[in-house]
Amino acid sequence: MMEACNCIEPQWPADELLMKYQYISDFFIALAYFSIPLELIYFVKKSAVFPYKWVLVQFGAFIVLCGATHLINLWTFSIHSRTVAIVMTIAKALTAAVSCATALMLVHIIPDLLSVKTRELFLKNKAAELDREMGLIRTQEETGRHVRMLTHEIRSTLDRHTILKTTLVELGRILALEECALWMPTRTGLELQLSYTLHQQNPVGYTVPIHLPVINQVFNKNGAVKISPNSPVARLRPLSGKYIPGEVVAVRVPLLHLSNFQINDWPELSTKRYALMVLMLPSDSARHWHIHELELVEVVADQVAVALSHAAILEESKKARDLLMEQNIALDMARREAETAIRARNDFLAVMNHEMRTPMHAIIALSSLLQETELTPEQRLMVETILKSSNLLATLINDVLDLSRLEDGSLQLDIATLNLHSVFREVHNLVTPIASVKKLSVTLNLAADLPVYAVGDEKRLMQTILNVVGNAVKFTKEGSISIKAFVAKSESLRDFRAPDFFPVQSDNHFYLRVQVKDSGSGINPQDIPKVFTKFALTQSLATRNSGGSGLGLAICKRFINLMEGHIWIESDGLGKGCTATFIVKLGFPEQSNESKLPFAPKMQANHVHSNFHGLKVLVMDDNGVSRSVTKGLLVHLGCDVTTVSSSEEFLRVISQEHKVVFMDVCMPGIDGYELSVRIHEKFPKRHERPVLVALSGNTDRITKESCMRVGMDGVILKPVSVDKMRSVLSKLLDHRVLFEAT
Amino acid sequence: MAGVPQLQKRLVDYTASLFHEGVLDEQFNQLQLLQDDSNPNFVVEVVSLFFEDSERLLNDLTKTLNQQDVDFNKVGANVHQLKGSSSSIGAQRVQRVCIAFRNYGEEQNIEGCLKSLQLVKHEYAIVKNKLETLFKLEQQILAAGGIIPRS
Repeated sequence: MMEACNCIEPQWPADELLMKYQYISDFFIALAYFSIPLELIYFVKKSAVFPYKWVLVQFGAFIVLCGATHLINLWTFSIHSRTVAIVMTIAKALTAAVSCATALMLVHIIPDLLSVKTRELFLKNKAAELDREMGLIRTQEETGRHVRMLTHEIRSTLDRHTILKTTLVELGRILALEECALWMPTRTGLELQLSYTLHQQNPVGYTVPIHLPVINQVFNKNGAVKISPNSPVARLRPLSGKYIPGEVVAVRVPLLHLSNFQINDWPELSTKRYALMVLMLPSDSARHWHIHELELVEVVADQVAVALSHAAILEESKKARDLLMEQNIALDMARREAETAIRARNDFLAVMNHEMRTPMHAIIALSSLLQETELTPEQRLMVETILKSSNLLATLINDVLDLSRLEDGSLQLDIATLNLHSVFREVHNLVTPIASVKKLSVTLNLAADLPVYAVGDEKRLMQTILNVVGNAVKFTKEGSISIKAFVAKSESLRDFRAPDFFPVQSDNHFYLRVQVKDSGSGINPQDIPKVFTKFALTQSLATRNSGGSGLGLAICKRFINLMEGHIWIESDGLGKGCTATFIVKLGFPEQSNESKLPFAPKMQANHVHSNFHGLKVLVMDDNGVSRSVTKGLLVHLGCDVTTVSSSEEFLRVISQEHKVVFMDVCMPGIDGYELSVRIHEKFPKRHERPVLVALSGNTDRITKESCMRVGMDGVILKPVSVDKMRSVLSKLLDHRVLFEAT
Repeated sequence: MAGVPQLQKRLVDYTASLFHEGVLDEQFNQLQLLQDDSNPNFVVEVVSLFFEDSERLLNDLTKTLNQQDVDFNKVGANVHQLKGSSSSIGAQRVQRVCIAFRNYGEEQNIEGCLKSLQLVKHEYAIVKNKLETLFKLEQQILAAGGIIPRS
């Protein structure tokens, strides 16, 4: 620096040009230095984020101070005062401090800033990758959507053709295919036939043998397989030289069959039948099959298989249902026809019942009357023959009627207490005369433990025993018949001959076993089953002039079945005799009630059943004789009897005191039924009303039903015996209801 | 006069024969059962009632059938009554003929009805005769101091 002088104007030394330039540069430097922070502030303010604010401040301070220094420098070119120098010094000192601080700071900051750059690069890469993945996912999702839509379309119909057509159409659409075809195996299984295509409406029956290598290749792989466009299955369009055919893919479609589904093992590879689906990309499109497209095709192929199997199952079940309906209708018709037939038969029988019995009775009655008159021996013989034949006919009629009732199931056993020993004795008594004529001996052997009294149907049991014994007598020309009766023990009950017979032991019942052995002509073992069939007379039986209707044993068998038993016949052959055995279930009689036992000692003259003493009874009957007999009966039993002979009198006399009313419902002109209704009206409450019993000449179902309908409590068949009346009254008073079996 | 045992035997045999011939049936037994000390003449009473009733009915039937215009309803009603009475006392053969008679009546078969009427009258005569004989035998036994045997 020059020495200080007093001159105001600076003196320009020789190098004042340099000084000038220095001066200008300093000025511009200062300017720049001042403007940089401004610019910084401006741009940072504009940007949203800048993490190093305080660095900026620091830097800004540094710059500003540098700028200030340079600016102050401007004054130091000339002589300057001490203040300026001090300011200059301070500025420089500050600048130095700040710049050192900044320098130190930058060591920290610059690596950071650089790393920001790397992070940015990294993020960019990541973003690109995510974009790619997004693209993939989107494609997959779209594929999934297509599959769902396609599945929905396929599954929305159960019609086979629609399923296949829809599949092809939709696939063609989604994948923008040129052609799509389905080859189905023929019935023989040796060829594949072109069944459906996308663009050809009616594919010609174009077949291809199934054992081509390319086809085997596809069938053996689980997924879609790329095949050559030149393979026979892919050559669907007439080739013209211009086209470069697009890529072709084929996939197998398993055809599941109902029989493939076992419960325990699901079909793995048991399905041998496949169809072939061939898909062709458009030619000249330079498109390739992408993985996701192949996956789509595979999924669709599976879905189609399932849908087809559903359709097949549905078809079969529809067929089965139609068949069942047809069978149902046929069965219904058959049942109705059978019912009509049964009804017709029952009507016929009902008519026959009456029509045939009436003249029969006339014949029998009149013939027996004729027998009583004076007749010449020839006439007597004739009359006896007439009687015998008509008795036989009457028996036949009864048998037929019985049998049809048995078959209907409408026959019910009359269960009552019976004397077993006397039943057998009576059979013996009936059979002995005939047997002795043929010089046959009949022995009856009742076991010691055979109960005297039992509960069962006496009439039908006797009928059965009589029939069996009678047969034995009929078919034996000489020798003996033995009848053995005993209680069957459990071991002997179960018989190999009766596999359906399951006897149940109990305390209330026992099984009676009857064995009838004869030394007669025997039966051929082959004929034995026929013996119980009605009307089936074998040749050998017929020639023996049996005179039976063929119904006897069949009826017996039915009775025995009703009695929960079993019957069988054994024979060693023709001429070797025959043994008929049957087992029936009978009940033990109740020990308590002595009066229920039949054949109890006859009542003493004054014996009156204590239960009925003073019982007020009203009897209505227009027939004087009937009336007095009924009255006598009831009086004998100890009742207090009032009699009336007309319905007016009846309605006048009836009161709450009368406990039982017997009314004849056969009175012509007086409706017993209407009377019953009137009584119900008069005494609506049950305990006020007397028990109403109808006396009738017949107890068929119609009469019983009419009585039940008008509210009667019972029906009894006239004429009534003392015992019957007694038991009727007991039952009525106990249960207040009585409807007699026919 | 025969002794009581012989009379009793005759009664028993006679009764048996009536049953055997079918003139009477089980119902008659029932009637006899009803006769006891409180009701000693029950059977006779009822049988007498039967005789009265039947004679009246038979007369009615004869009259009705001899008319020009036969009222078959009346015929049916009378025959029904007769059938009822005869079955109540056990006159089996009468009852049987009544059944046939009724059928002819329902068919409105005049010939049949007339024939049946004859038959009924015949049967009734038989049963009346036999019962009266029976009662006479019983009276004889009682008069001789015996008791009437009941089987």
